[in-house]
Amino acid sequence: MPQMNMVQAINDALRIEMRRDHRVVVLGEDVGKVGGVFRVTQGLYDEFGDDRVIDTPLSEGGIIGTAIGMALYGLVPVPEIQFSDFIFPAYDQIVSELAKYRYRSGGEYPAKLVIRTPVGGGIRGGHYHSQSPEAQFIHVAGLKVVCPASPADAKGLLLASIRDPDPVLFFEPKRIYRAAKGEVPEGDFVVPLGKANVVKPGVHVTVIAWGAMLYEALEASNQAGKQGIDCEVIDLRTLWPLDIDTIIASVKKTGRVVVVHEAPKSCGLGGEIVSLINEKAFLHLEAPPKRVTGFDTPFPYTLENEYLPLAHRILPAIVETARY
Amino acid sequence: MTALLQSESRTSHAPVGENNANDADRSAVRRPDDALAGDVIRTLRHDGTLDPAHDPKLTRDEILGLYKLMVRVRILDDRLVALQRQGRIGFHIGSLGEEAAILGSAFAMRENDWIFPCYREFGAALLRGMPLQRYVDNMFGNANDPVKGRQMPDHYTYKKGHFGSISSPIGTQITQAAGFAWAAKIKKEDIAVLSYFGDGATSSNDFHNGLNFAGVFRAPTIFFCRNNGWAISVPTERQTASATFAEKGIAYGVPGVRVDGNDIFAVVKATRDAVARASRGEGPTLIEALTYRLSGHSTSDDPKAYRPDNTLDPWRALDPLARTRRYVEQHLGWNDDAQRALETEMDAEIKAAVAAAEKTELPSLDSLFEDVFASLPWHLEEQREELRKGPRAKGHGAH
Ligand SMILES: Cc1ncc(C[n+]2csc(CCOP(=O)(O)OP(=O)(O)O)c2C)c(N)n1
Ligand SMILES: [Mg+2]
Repeated sequence: MPQMNMVQAINDALRIEMRRDHRVVVLGEDVGKVGGVFRVTQGLYDEFGDDRVIDTPLSEGGIIGTAIGMALYGLVPVPEIQFSDFIFPAYDQIVSELAKYRYRSGGEYPAKLVIRTPVGGGIRGGHYHSQSPEAQFIHVAGLKVVCPASPADAKGLLLASIRDPDPVLFFEPKRIYRAAKGEVPEGDFVVPLGKANVVKPGVHVTVIAWGAMLYEALEASNQAGKQGIDCEVIDLRTLWPLDIDTIIASVKKTGRVVVVHEAPKSCGLGGEIVSLINEKAFLHLEAPPKRVTGFDTPFPYTLENEYLPLAHRILPAIVETARY
Repeated sequence: MTALLQSESRTSHAPVGENNANDADRSAVRRPDDALAGDVIRTLRHDGTLDPAHDPKLTRDEILGLYKLMVRVRILDDRLVALQRQGRIGFHIGSLGEEAAILGSAFAMRENDWIFPCYREFGAALLRGMPLQRYVDNMFGNANDPVKGRQMPDHYTYKKGHFGSISSPIGTQITQAAGFAWAAKIKKEDIAVLSYFGDGATSSNDFHNGLNFAGVFRAPTIFFCRNNGWAISVPTERQTASATFAEKGIAYGVPGVRVDGNDIFAVVKATRDAVARASRGEGPTLIEALTYRLSGHSTSDDPKAYRPDNTLDPWRALDPLARTRRYVEQHLGWNDDAQRALETEMDAEIKAAVAAAEKTELPSLDSLFEDVFASLPWHLEEQREELRKGPRAKGHGAH
C-alpha cells in the first residue's frame, strides 16, 4: 500500500470519485488552477477541467447556495470552504436550506453535497484560521459531520461521504494535513460513516477524541501507561450521528471516560457525549466523566498551545479519572 | 453612465495610464488595452507634471511627507517578510505596490474621520499616528500588542487614530463602516468613514449590504476598493462579469469612480472629492483604485504557482513608489543623499522596534480570559484557575 499524507489521501479520493462519477464537481475559492491554499485539490483542474473544478467568486454563501442548486439538478457538488472559520457567510444556506431540504419537501428534494473544510488549530492562525465549529452544525438536524484523523480514514470517509445520500460536513484537521502519514489502500476504498475506531484497546479509562487531538490523546495515554493506567482510545471519525454502541461498550468496560476536543467546552460535542453516557451507562460509571477542551474564549494566537487540549492537559485528566 | 453599462467585460486587470508596456509585455497582461482608461482619474502625467483638472494641490511638505511614508511602508514590508522567513514572526500580509492607494486615501481623510480597515493597510494606521512600536508588537503578538497576542500579525487596532479593528473574514467591515457613518449622520455630526476592501471582497454578502444600506440612508461612507487584480490566486474576472467594480455602485444609487491607484495625487483627489460629497450630505461614494499586488497574497502564498513572474513587469514599471520618487526628484529637489539618509533612519527605527518587541514577554495566561465579556463570569473564572494551576505547554517560555 502506498504511503500518503492526508492531503494526498483526500486528493486521491476526489480523483477516484470524479473519474467514477461524472456528476461530482469541486468548487470554491482557489480550488482550481492553484489546487487550493492547502493544495488538496491540486491537479484536479488539469484532469477534469474548468466545468468540474471551479474557482468561484469570493462568497461562501454563493458557493453553498449554488452548490445546493446544482445538487437539486442532479450534480454531486463537493464545495471547499477555505477555512471552516469562513463558513459562516454560508451558515444560512447550510442551516436553513441544506439541512432541511429533504425534510421540508417531504423527501421530494433531497439536497446532497459534501462540504470539505479545514478545521482546528495548530497552525498559528489566531481567531479566524483555527476554530472547530462542529457542534454548531451537529446541533442542526439533517447534517452529517465527519472528521478523519488518518490518511486512510480521510480517503475512505470522504468516498463514503460523497456516496452517502445526506449532506455531509467533512472537517479536515489542517494541523495534521501533512504530519499524519500512513498506508492508504489503493483504488476504491470506503470507510463507513457512523463507525468509530478503537485505536488502542485498554481497560481502565476510555479516552474519546477525533481529528488532530487523537494524537494528543494517544500521547497522553502512552504516558498514562507508564503509570500503570491502560487507556482505551477511541477515534470517533464520524462526529454525527456518532457511534454510540462503541462508546457505550467501552464505558461499560472501563467505567471511566475522558472526552477531548479543541472546540470550547460549553455546548461542545463533549457535553453531548457525556450526557449520552449518563443516560445509557450511568450505573457503570466509576468516576465523573471529564472533558478536556479548548477554553470558552475565542481561539488565541500567541497562547495557542495553552488553549489547545494537548497531551500535557489530557494526562492529568486521565490520571485523576483513573484514581477517582 | 451609458458607457459604464456596456456589457463587454473589462474588469480584468491591466495597467492604466502610462503606456510603457511593449507588445510582448502587453500580451502577458490579461487586459492590455483598458477601454475605460479614459474614465480613470489620473493626475501624475508621463512627463512628471500634474494634470490641473485632478490636482489635489498638496504642499511641498505634504508631498514629501507622503513620499517618506511610502518609503517607510515599503521598507517595513521588506523587513517583516524577512522576519517571517527567519521564523521570528509567524505571518505578514503586506502592501507592496499598493502604497499609493492606501496612503493617498488615508491622507485625504480629515482628522475627525474614521477608517474601517481590511488587513493590508498598516500604512494607513501609521499615517493616522499609530506608533511603529505598537504595530511591531502586534507582529510579535507579545504582551504589549494592542490586541494582547490574541489575533494573528497584521490584526491590530488603533482607536486613538480613528482606525478600526481588523478581522480576517472578508468584507465584514464594509457594512460596519456604513452603520458607523449612518450613526454619525443620525447624530448630525460631520464625519466620513473610509472602508477598505479588495476586489475579491466585492463578491461578499457584506459588500452588497454595505452599499445598499449606505445608498438608502445616504450614509457618509467611502467604499474604497483596492482592485489589486487578485484574490489570492483568483483573478478579477472570476469575481464579477461587470465591466468595472466602480459601476457596481450604480445599482445601489452610489456614485462610482475609478482612479489610478498607483498615482498618489489622483488617489488623494478622488478620496477628497468623496469626503466633500459625504460632508455635503450627498452620501456614499464607491472608489475603485486600480493597482496591483506585486507580492504574494501573504507570506503563506507562493504566487509563482498561478502567475508567471514576468506578467508583473508592466505593473512594476508603474510602481507607485518609483513614480512618486521621480516626482519629488524632478520638482522638490529630492536626491540620492536624501534617500539614503531616509532609509538609514528608517532602518534604525525598525531595528530598534523589532529588538524591543522581541525582548517583550508573552501575554499573560490571565489575558486569555479577559475581554471575552466586560467582566469575568464564573465559568471563565473556573477555566482561568484550571489553566493557572495546570501544567504549562511546551515552548511557552514566559511563564
Ligand atoms: C469570508 C472569507 N472567506 C475567505 C477568506 C480567505 N481569504 C483571505 S484573503 C482572500 C482574498 C481576498 O482578496 P481581495 O478581497 O481582493 O483582497 P486582497 O487580499 O487582494 O487585498 C481570501 C479568499 C477570508 N479571509 N474570509
Ligand atoms: Mg485583491
